[in-house]
Amino acid sequence: MLTKRIIPCLDVKDNRVVKGVNFLNLRDAGDPIELGKKYSDEGADELVFLDITATIRSKKTIVDLVQQVAANVFIPFTVGGGISKADEIGLLLRSGADKCSINTAAVNNPDILSESAERFGSQCVVLAIDARRTVGKVGKWHVTVKAGSEPTDIDAIEWAIRAEKLGAGEILLTSMDADGTQAGYDIELTRAVAEAVNIPVIASGGAGTLESLTEVLADGKADAVLAASIFHYGTYSIKETKEFLKENGVPVRPV
Amino acid sequence: MLVIIDYGVGNVQSVTNAFRYIGSDITVSCDPAVIDRAHGLILPGVGASGYAMEKIAPIADVIKSQAAAGKPLLGICVGYQLLFEESYEMGTHQCLGLVKGKVIPIPTDMGLTIPHMGWNYVKFDDDMRLFQGLGEGKHFAFANSFYAQMDDPDAKVAYTGYGIQMTGAVEKGNIYGCQFHPEKSAADGLQVLKNFVKICHEEL
Repeated sequence: MLTKRIIPCLDVKDNRVVKGVNFLNLRDAGDPIELGKKYSDEGADELVFLDITATIRSKKTIVDLVQQVAANVFIPFTVGGGISKADEIGLLLRSGADKCSINTAAVNNPDILSESAERFGSQCVVLAIDARRTVGKVGKWHVTVKAGSEPTDIDAIEWAIRAEKLGAGEILLTSMDADGTQAGYDIELTRAVAEAVNIPVIASGGAGTLESLTEVLADGKADAVLAASIFHYGTYSIKETKEFLKENGVPVRPV
Repeated sequence: MLVIIDYGVGNVQSVTNAFRYIGSDITVSCDPAVIDRAHGLILPGVGASGYAMEKIAPIADVIKSQAAAGKPLLGICVGYQLLFEESYEMGTHQCLGLVKGKVIPIPTDMGLTIPHMGWNYVKFDDDMRLFQGLGEGKHFAFANSFYAQMDDPDAKVAYTGYGIQMTGAVEKGNIYGCQFHPEKSAADGLQVLKNFVKICHEEL
């Protein structure tokens, strides 16, 4: 049986892991190479590395850092942040990434999804959606770009459906409203997207209690959960998290 | 020395990192002379098997003759799918034909997400050399939309369940293959690679 995945996320700025609330007020959370190795060794199911300054295309330092993190990570490793061309995916895959997440560039030019899927396979093309609840409309979310700083009028669910058709192999779905609050995932958003597509959905934004993880995996129908603060600051270990999920009927890979 | 055959399909870095981490003498090459000197060969690959088969065509005969001479060969993911006779991914493509069977899509009518992405339990056949020391079964990391439907009485097979019983790994003489990514399956995956290295040294 395919298990649900627990995915720590490294938001990286100036070679350090940072974490904010609603994408703001960043605080230091450690060294990406050390944290990557720690999570890989402790039984995390995948690792995500997001360059939140979006400098992948211009700064060789990020590629070097990806190489150094990848050298000690023996679980699937996704890299994203500022990817604007399929060629950059090629470079990151050669640097040790297994998948790449694309956000703003896919909104600006959806063909990047199909081009990347053709060249590298859908399995390594992750569409990242930063979604925000649309004020005044129930059950509606819109896509935001540029690390959440710019709203668009694109409906998040319709965008997910279109991305699947274009060749995305997975969706990394972040609730901007919940991110960093530790108040729980946006269950309604996650379920709406998961029911609309046939590709896996990773729920992100709002991880707090272990109950909140169970809830988004069960009720939210997510295939995987992304979390940052709760792991970086030691609220829960990967082992504790998996034991809790298992006790609550969620299939996980034993640690 | 082991050689990772780099035929231009996707990511060889993860596989290289893992072999280096376990202390193996590893070279990345597609040069027939280097391949000939190797004690064992690793055939990686991601993406579509049809595309991979096109890319590997110039050295397909080299790989087949090395395999026929008894050199251990480990196919991973799409590299594993290439070991079979035929793939139906994006058209029909002849593959290396080292193991009998064909590569077909995971059925899409079972309400399961495709790709089959993540860690699934793999149950081993008795006495598979790749899984020495790992008990009856373990979880490994998958990322596939197609799978090999095996039709080879001479092969040992490890299975995983995803709506259907799906082949997860195969062993047939000196031919080894994993649909999952051992290089991305934490300690148990690294054990599979160590076992392959050991097999290569035993065959010397």
